[in-house]
Amino acid sequence: MADHLLEVRNLSVDFHTATGTVHAVRNISYHLDRGETLAILGESGSGKSVSSSAIMNLIDMPPGKIASGEILLDGKDLFKMSSEARREVNGRRIAMIFQDPLSHLNPVYTVGWQMREALKTHGKGNSEAQAEALRLFKRVALPEPEKALDKYPHEFSGGQRQRVMIAMALALKPDLLIADEPTTALDVTVQAEVLLLLKELQRETGMGVLIITHDLGVVSEVADRVVVMEKGQLVESGTVRDVYRNPQHAYTKKLIAAAPGKGDMHEPATSGEPILSVKNAKKFYGGFEALKGVSFDLKAGETVAVVGESGSGKSTLARILLRLEEADGGTAEWKGKDLFTMSPGDLFKLRRDLQMVFQDPTQSLNPRMTVYQLISEAWVIHPEILPKAKWRVRAAELLDQVGLSPEHMGRYPHQFSGGQRQRIAIARALALEPKLIVCDEAVSALDVSVQAQVIKLLDKLRKEMGIAFIFIAHDLPLVRDFADYVMVMQKGEVVEFGTVTQVFDNPQKPYTQALLAASLDPDPDVQAANRNARLATAS
Amino acid sequence: MLSFIRKRAFASLISLIGLLVMVFFLSRLTGDPASLFLPVEASAEMKAEFRALHGLDQPLLVQFGQYVGNVVTGDLGESLRKARPALDVVLEAFTWTLWLAVITMTLVTVCAIVVGSLAAFRTGGFFDRFSSMVSLIGASVPDFWLAIVAIVVFAIQLSWLPTSGTGSLSHWILPICVLFVRPFGIIVQVVRGSMISALSSAYVKTARAKGVKSGPIIFVHALRNAMLPVITVIGDQAASLLNGAVVIETIFGFPGVGKLMIDSILQRDFNVVLAAILVTAFAIFLMNLVIDMAYALLDPRIRY
Repeated sequence: MADHLLEVRNLSVDFHTATGTVHAVRNISYHLDRGETLAILGESGSGKSVSSSAIMNLIDMPPGKIASGEILLDGKDLFKMSSEARREVNGRRIAMIFQDPLSHLNPVYTVGWQMREALKTHGKGNSEAQAEALRLFKRVALPEPEKALDKYPHEFSGGQRQRVMIAMALALKPDLLIADEPTTALDVTVQAEVLLLLKELQRETGMGVLIITHDLGVVSEVADRVVVMEKGQLVESGTVRDVYRNPQHAYTKKLIAAAPGKGDMHEPATSGEPILSVKNAKKFYGGFEALKGVSFDLKAGETVAVVGESGSGKSTLARILLRLEEADGGTAEWKGKDLFTMSPGDLFKLRRDLQMVFQDPTQSLNPRMTVYQLISEAWVIHPEILPKAKWRVRAAELLDQVGLSPEHMGRYPHQFSGGQRQRIAIARALALEPKLIVCDEAVSALDVSVQAQVIKLLDKLRKEMGIAFIFIAHDLPLVRDFADYVMVMQKGEVVEFGTVTQVFDNPQKPYTQALLAASLDPDPDVQAANRNARLATAS
Repeated sequence: MLSFIRKRAFASLISLIGLLVMVFFLSRLTGDPASLFLPVEASAEMKAEFRALHGLDQPLLVQFGQYVGNVVTGDLGESLRKARPALDVVLEAFTWTLWLAVITMTLVTVCAIVVGSLAAFRTGGFFDRFSSMVSLIGASVPDFWLAIVAIVVFAIQLSWLPTSGTGSLSHWILPICVLFVRPFGIIVQVVRGSMISALSSAYVKTARAKGVKSGPIIFVHALRNAMLPVITVIGDQAASLLNGAVVIETIFGFPGVGKLMIDSILQRDFNVVLAAILVTAFAIFLMNLVIDMAYALLDPRIRY
């Protein structure tokens, strides 16, 4: 039998840390052939990136250690090579692209320099490297490729940076490309373009692609086969269609079930007075108009989802509504008063009613405060809410409400997982009994299964307490499940506003249609149909 | 960039004026030059005459006004002791200090970057632990003690080097070596810390995935990124040398600006003290400007 391009056999990797040995991956095996795309699907902590790091020799040893197994490239064991031979493999035979191209490109050198370095490291001459870099920049469709070579990474957009990374990875025509969450940091339409580019390049070069992702949509879009990982173990593998249609392992079933975008859509009540009425809100940064007059109403217990790509002004809207920044025009009426021009005294009272949950709970919770301190701080600032004697009891209730246990009160944020931390942030927001919570990408950083739990929690709070939400998100399926109204924003303007059924089932504006078309579906057949439809309209 | 330099120059001018005011009045608090210059038995008339000659009989504010007027026209007054323009005296001494500082800081920078980078590359290894120990000792040793020990060992017992003064290249060795130790110790620690975070950054991972060799990864990819905090500390350390390493210059009888300043203060040679302060302050302003330029040069994201 001919050798596979890549074969990982019984690989185990341990990390020896101060608190003990972590078995990051345990006895996993998979293989990949030329021209094939294999996806490694898993959530954070599943060890999905560890095996690829081992392939690239990127694991720091110590603390890491290859406990057992072998990785064969065309039948040759990478672990048995000399370090010089091993280095020669990187870049030439196997190349890698990463999740966050901004931090993975050296900020102080031009991208052209970094491209040429890849080529020169493996023996190309200076002028040859320059010509080849230019050819690749043209191939990945970077605008103005000659000028682009002399630019620095921060001068590109996120999607362009990922194109630079791809060009650099493909510089030496590798046999194997490893893509570690290559589109996670990108907007949906850019994600679709980058994935398409990867597929085209694979067809041209016949390379094998190993794609590591947490996103079922990405798997269904690009992969032929998939392996599912949980807690360092490989729990299931097979063709994408088989695994999606007929998952065997409980974890795979749970993952597929948790994928958003399949539930019933909300039908908002039509009656009732708005609690918040925003008219023509504007915001400038210098000469740049970040918000060009945004208007909408929100009733109690209602959710408006604000969707749009980066730079659309959705976070700016959140910040001026919470007066974290000052609006430069327009009004926002809250209980008969204009929020934008409210006096500091009124604003202080208003803070009780308006709360925010941020994207990254690791950063939005003070690491030196216990959970109890974090929650009760709200009552220190607003002592009229609750007498001090009742703080502990109420904090326990809040923790219970968000699905944590009262025993957690004495712990610090770092002792919790990402999803638990976001629950703490929600409990903190609830402590003030708010009428409106602004969630700025509040679940984007969480794993799919955790995401589903947090959304369920928010839904419960909405029903039980009548809290209204402004839900800022870029993930359309999530919005579909949770929102009453959807506001689509682009470049500081509202492109489309309507009930969730209107926007999802019958989008009026081309931009909304493009967003929906670019959104990936976890079902490989649905996704293939979407892709064909998209390509048909494009051509 | 030009407007940035203008803004910086204006801010520095204000601090120079503040410095001038403070030093002028504070130095007048330290005593009367007339009683110090003239013999103890000098009569009151002689003292009055001396004061009149040097304008010291005028009210302080008038003296200050005259002084500022002169400074603006580039005249920093005469040295009371040396009967030469104070600026000439200071520039002569400052040249010595400048050379000492430039040579020392160049050596320190090169050595600290190499040692700190290599220590960071293999954190916890033998070289890292050894260099950490050496640099910690270097950063903590009192320099006057080290200077004296160095003189005792190398000049007196071994007779390899001259004890003090100037005149030959060998006169430079001990002062440079002693001045080297503390900034070296401090900068090695900063380079090491900064390099550890640079080497664990994502772009280093990319370089490894490209197959780049270890040497370029450390000294090309990581180092340039790690240099920003290092430059700040280098500037800080260089400033203290430019100010005149008072203690070391005194111990080694080195005719630099630090020694000049101490001597002039003791002798109430006000014009020299003021000129020395102005010159060193100006030099430090220039150096800080160079450091700001270096930031922009090293990091394309910084633009003024």
